[in-house]
Amino acid sequence: MAKNEIPLWEVFIRPRNGLAHRHCGSVHAADEVMALQAARDVYTRRGEGTSIWVVPSSAIVASDPDQKAENFEPTASKIYRHPTFYKIPDDVGHM
Amino acid sequence: MVEAAGIARKHLLTFLLRLADDHLILGHRLSEWCGHAPMLEEDLAMPNIALDLIGQARSLYQYAAEVEGQGRSEDDFAYLRREREYLNCLLAERPNGDFAHTMLRQFYFAAFMHPFWQGMEKGGDATLAAIAAKAVKEVAYHIRHTGEWAIRLGDGTEESARRMRAAVDALAPYVDELFETDPVTRAVAESGIAPEPASLRGEFDRTIDQVFAEAMLDRPETAWPQTGGRRGRHSEAMGYLLADLQHMQRTYPGAVW
Repeated sequence: MAKNEIPLWEVFIRPRNGLAHRHCGSVHAADEVMALQAARDVYTRRGEGTSIWVVPSSAIVASDPDQKAENFEPTASKIYRHPTFYKIPDDVGHM
Repeated sequence: MVEAAGIARKHLLTFLLRLADDHLILGHRLSEWCGHAPMLEEDLAMPNIALDLIGQARSLYQYAAEVEGQGRSEDDFAYLRREREYLNCLLAERPNGDFAHTMLRQFYFAAFMHPFWQGMEKGGDATLAAIAAKAVKEVAYHIRHTGEWAIRLGDGTEESARRMRAAVDALAPYVDELFETDPVTRAVAESGIAPEPASLRGEFDRTIDQVFAEAMLDRPETAWPQTGGRRGRHSEAMGYLLADLQHMQRTYPGAVW
């Protein structure tokens, strides 16, 4: 198969200082310089960002959907991991 | 009516319309790509640049209307003049051609405008300095985006390199007009509101040379530089462009949205 000249890149944008970069989508681009420009043009048109990361999509290692049951279902019964058993004083307000 | 320091009003008005027309016409050309770009990412990138240009044109037309003081609006300037009253450079009205042509045309224009806006930002007219301060950041990105494409196409595949070289040959006659000197450019430069275009040639050449070296492109010799746009004499392409651009306002005068 021919080499993919314009591979896919995952785009992460940080909306403000102090917040984490968040995944917001993907772009096609020939290399990392063009990927950053494409990300800027596609995902920051309305003032969404102060910083952009791009990562080759091929560099992402994903969990296997076939292992979904063994990965995630065991946690369903462990409700004690949710911090919902504490009494919060009214003065604290919404946490 | 505005009294600008140290420059005749008719010269200032001509200067403003030349600059505004460059941006409107080139912005319109770029907008023709909307929905037709070779990839979705560029389908957003080119209209982004077009919107920068049209925003700059609007600010300049608004100021031109104020300077003229005859009650004309930015829309009157943009939509309701005749072909010979448009004073844009011929480069701006060149048809899009292929993607390589469009990128190179934009690269040339941005490489010229960047030092021009920088000069105007430091110039003696507060309105123009404010417009320039915003535009200089926008156009810095235009240089980067179009320059990176020129490098990748020029030093890319056999096909992309052939197309890039064809664009260099096709647009060569339209570069020199950017740097023309006449009584208007002299009056503007003397008043200190914007630089004399000819004085920016060195910086323009450096920007081009840097990218062309990486793009494996040769600077062409221009045997027959074309001129006339600054005095309202345009190429055949201009009439078709204006028919498109003015259609709505001519058909539904005063339409707004």
